Amino acid sequence: MSDLVEITDLSVTFATDAGPVRAVDGVSLAVKPGEVLAVVGESGSGKTVTAKSILGLLPETASIRGAVVLRGRDGGETDIATVSAKGLRRARGRDAAMVFQEPSTALNPVYPVGWQIAEGLLAHGRMTKAEARAKVLDVMRRVGIPDPETRIDHYPHQFSGGQKQRIVIAQALVLDPGVIVADEPTTALDVTVQAEILDLLRRCRDEFGAAIVLITHNMGVVADLADRVAVMYQGKLVEEAPVRELFESPREPYTQQLLAAVPRIGEGLARAAERAARRPEGWESEAPVVSAEGLRIVYPGRFRQPDFVAVDGVSFDIRPGEVLGLVGESGSGKTTIGRAMAGLTKVSGGSFRVLGVEMNGAKERDIRPIRHRIGFVFQDPATSFNPLLTIAQCVAEPLVVHGRAESAADARARVDELLEAVQLPASYGDRYPHELSGGQRQRASLARALALDPELLIADEPTSALDVSVQARVLDLFDELHRELGFAALFISHDLAVVDMLADRIAVLHRGRMVEEGTGAEVLGAPSDPYTQRLLASLPVPDPVLQAQRRAEWEGLGA
Amino acid sequence: MTTTSEAPTAQAAAPQPKAKKSGGSLGRYIAVRALLIIPTVFILVTAVFLLMRSTGDPITAAQGGRLPADQLAERIHAAGYDRPLLVQYLEYLGNILHGDFGTTLSDHRPITEVVTTFGAATLELSAYALIIAFAVGIPLGRIAAFRRDRGADAGLRIFAILAYATPVFFAGLMLKLVFSVWLDVLPVNGRASTRAELQLARVDNPTGIYLIDAFKTGDPAVIGDVLQHAILPALALGLLTAGVFLRVVRTNVISTFGAGYVDAARSRGVPERRLLRKHAYRPALIPIITVVGLQIALLLSGAVLTETTFEWKGLGFQLGQYLQARDFVAVQGIVALLAVVVALTNFIVDIIAALIDPRVRY
Amino acid sequence: MPSTASSPRASRWARLPIVSQLRQSIGLQRGMLVAGLVLTVIFLVTALLAPVLAPYGYAELRDENGLFGATQAPSSAHLLGTTQGGYDVLSRLIWGSRTALLVILVAVAASIVVGVALGLIAGYFGGWLDRVLVVIADAIYAFPSLLLAIVLAIAINHGQSGMWPGILAAALSITVIYIPQYLRVTRAEVVRIKSEAFVESARVIGAGHVRIMTRHVLRNSLRTLPLILTLNASEAILTLAGLGFLGFGIEPSAAAEWGYDLNKAVGDVTSGIWWTALFPGLAIVLVVLGLTLVGESLNDLSDPRLRRRAAGAEPVEDLLAPASTTQEASA
Repeated sequence: MSDLVEITDLSVTFATDAGPVRAVDGVSLAVKPGEVLAVVGESGSGKTVTAKSILGLLPETASIRGAVVLRGRDGGETDIATVSAKGLRRARGRDAAMVFQEPSTALNPVYPVGWQIAEGLLAHGRMTKAEARAKVLDVMRRVGIPDPETRIDHYPHQFSGGQKQRIVIAQALVLDPGVIVADEPTTALDVTVQAEILDLLRRCRDEFGAAIVLITHNMGVVADLADRVAVMYQGKLVEEAPVRELFESPREPYTQQLLAAVPRIGEGLARAAERAARRPEGWESEAPVVSAEGLRIVYPGRFRQPDFVAVDGVSFDIRPGEVLGLVGESGSGKTTIGRAMAGLTKVSGGSFRVLGVEMNGAKERDIRPIRHRIGFVFQDPATSFNPLLTIAQCVAEPLVVHGRAESAADARARVDELLEAVQLPASYGDRYPHELSGGQRQRASLARALALDPELLIADEPTSALDVSVQARVLDLFDELHRELGFAALFISHDLAVVDMLADRIAVLHRGRMVEEGTGAEVLGAPSDPYTQRLLASLPVPDPVLQAQRRAEWEGLGA
Repeated sequence: MTTTSEAPTAQAAAPQPKAKKSGGSLGRYIAVRALLIIPTVFILVTAVFLLMRSTGDPITAAQGGRLPADQLAERIHAAGYDRPLLVQYLEYLGNILHGDFGTTLSDHRPITEVVTTFGAATLELSAYALIIAFAVGIPLGRIAAFRRDRGADAGLRIFAILAYATPVFFAGLMLKLVFSVWLDVLPVNGRASTRAELQLARVDNPTGIYLIDAFKTGDPAVIGDVLQHAILPALALGLLTAGVFLRVVRTNVISTFGAGYVDAARSRGVPERRLLRKHAYRPALIPIITVVGLQIALLLSGAVLTETTFEWKGLGFQLGQYLQARDFVAVQGIVALLAVVVALTNFIVDIIAALIDPRVRY
Repeated sequence: MPSTASSPRASRWARLPIVSQLRQSIGLQRGMLVAGLVLTVIFLVTALLAPVLAPYGYAELRDENGLFGATQAPSSAHLLGTTQGGYDVLSRLIWGSRTALLVILVAVAASIVVGVALGLIAGYFGGWLDRVLVVIADAIYAFPSLLLAIVLAIAINHGQSGMWPGILAAALSITVIYIPQYLRVTRAEVVRIKSEAFVESARVIGAGHVRIMTRHVLRNSLRTLPLILTLNASEAILTLAGLGFLGFGIEPSAAAEWGYDLNKAVGDVTSGIWWTALFPGLAIVLVVLGLTLVGESLNDLSDPRLRRRAAGAEPVEDLLAPASTTQEASA
């Protein structure tokens, strides 16, 4: 059979304020019937632009060269680059459909989901409302929405994130397209939900016979689902190979580097042992830096809504120089604990001693004396710097506030030292935050957190907004600094593999409760709690052979 | 918008995972929203009272200089304005609770009666203006959004900005000059000609809304006369309000047209016209209703000026008369009663917005 | 990196509020912005140079040839005619811009200072003070501003009017009406910015409330201010004119005020005398138009959803060069 999608020498250029920017440069790709082609790359690689060009969804500012030919199930051909608006509209949905990254924005909040699924049907063919409704019910059932007869009239906000993504997939499937373009379909979802959606996408191929173009940055997802992989870097196609071949023997240096940067569970054991060996005798008996006992944090509800219990009965210790990794999915309360530790959120119950101060009932006045002993690295590098101050001024801020320096200029020598410690050239101090990339900003953020040489560092998902290779560098840097400075740390992440790399002990949170705590070897090697087991099993590993086995296990767990 | 719906408390600034409950009953929302009327009315009534009294008693303001000092003092004493301000204030609040907003100084009429008598005319004018504003502003706003950055959009935006920049009384005067004086096709002033007024006065149970009363007379000449008188004031007030609506609709439709779900629908082959009509327009309507609700205040300000321009004998016109007569008891009463009306209107608008929005908050 | 930041001097000049927007505007938006700026500048120049530009004083009734005469049609002696009261229309038009400017300056300055300060405190500290301020602001905001301005004008000077008392009364009543708007806007921005990581970061560092408010929150929350400023200035003129039209204006002997002149022209229109109404009205329209055009264009340009350009390229990660820390992060 001939290819469903045939991209030939595609180049896309955007007109911007700063002049034309080439996003895709001479890419040629083909999608065969019934296969899953993964297009991987980091931000700026042009993978999403390539995907959008398949459906002609690029904005007006984009100019396209080359050909993007879609072949429908009826054998009709459409060249997206040259087709009329009418022809393009007909091809969309029928020949190729799209699944978006963020299911909550892909659904219109003011219409029932059934209406939205049926809309595509009505746009493409004549059918009565009853026929359309029957088809919608059928597809909703097949994508795994329970009780579709009732749910068909519900609005998007009445569904969970994973169910919303199922509905978005149903919208694509109902038109029976030859190919589904899935743009980061699981990035916005928790890892246990991700596993279910990946499973559904596999069924799209097996049961609905659709080919899938999977756009992703996640090598685990690639290993789980893809048949063939295309690697993109800075707008160019770097390498294309069957999935096993690519993971076993990547040809191009970029692919090798990319694969090496992916954190893998189990790698952390060696590092943890190394760290343990460096510790002085008797460190375990030292007084803990942080000690939580039955910690409870409640967000009061407004207008007599019930209160929301974010953290409930959590106990843990962090000893000097120890890194505690806190893992959990969204809503598990992991970020709340980090914020409470820094005095950003009030503690409602239990005991939470941080550097000798009881945070339960503590006033800002009580916390201020220990502020200079705590460093904090925030999740989002885009908002963690005051946009009106230079990097040097931002990094100098703790020094000025605590009287170590008269002014930002006065602190410059120390700031340069700190920037150097995080491997940023001193000249970057004169730049404004928006002039730095995400990874550079996150390194500067680390410099700011370490400016006062703290005893305790709180890192709230410091790498989750970064690309894998950038993440690897930031994590290495963190490890290196920890070795030199010996601070105790709370490292918060949703990614088990990341936590495994850095943490001495790992605590797993689920809906505000701590389900398991122990060393990396204990928690990840032999998890005792069913939730931890499920979490671990649903994490796709970047190895297609191993992942196939794990998938079988996961299905065995009946999740 | 007038409620705390967009006034998150300080704690809300902290991330509240899943604290945003999508459930919550509409009944509770209505109850909470209704309770908010009380502080709103209380604040406005208090502010008006304190401001009006901050410079002295209303009798001195009205009669000062015209009466000998001893007579003035006697009158002030008789009206109770020499008592402590707090006592007067509490009495005033108590009276308002009973629906008594005071009695005018100049013609000794209860404020509630003044408002019901002249309110009908203001209501009639506002209704005409709102109909014009909706009929003109919303479709034109859609067109401007749909033809964004093309000729039609540019023209409509200039119309909207001009409508905003033109004081309603200036527009009124110019309409009058052209249609009533130069072309002499429409009446200059008032709500009806003297002959029609006489016929309208004979209607049983007059509503005060002349168009309804005119239909009751059954005389086509009277109906025509009433409509002719309404055209210019309604156009002046309506077109200027239409400009506001146009801008609101345009901005909201454009911003929803950039939403992810519009792109998603486009990817399924939904035609562009339908994307605009269904996906961009409908979600944009909810904020539009709230903003339109806030225009009630603008409309009332405009009605005061329009009525003065066209001698349309409504509440605004009457307010102007009391102002000239320096009858500040009447001014205070009318303004306080309007505060109640505005608070109630905004309440109703918020409830409608909540009913239309499937994601009922609270 | 955007080329606008190439040299420090150019970048500082380009970062100035209106200049930077003018540089990034195109097509219709640029046309609107330029037209608005031209009208605004004409208004400002007229107000500043009124004594030079106006042929007569605002309260002058006669010259060496005797009285001007009432409602004289436009002629070479009185380019725009005379009013019912016998004043020269053109002169009152020009002097009126001065009154309008003074009212705007006083009103906008006072309401910005008070409104921004209250908004900052309410948004930053939250709690009961915030709730009380918001309820008050909402109550005032939803109320017809003109009615409130009338009440305030009565309270301030019993509706009497000299030049400065009249200007102050008008300005003060406008101030009170617009404080809630500044409070709402500033508060909303402050609440948004307060939850941004860089403010939390300042809290974690241990910076005091005053330092956080001034150094981190305030400046970042004032970015929309030029826009609100122009819009409120135009609303201030409309309110002033409305007050004048209802007879709360400034006596003709004290200063010239367009709304008052329109009030006096209501009767003229009925008898077909057009010049006494047309010119003051046009003056109001043009000034408000100018200010609104500037405000609208600034709004469009500051809102990426309404701005018609794609964003510039993001700085690219320096990952492929191992020793790349010294490399420029350029696109």
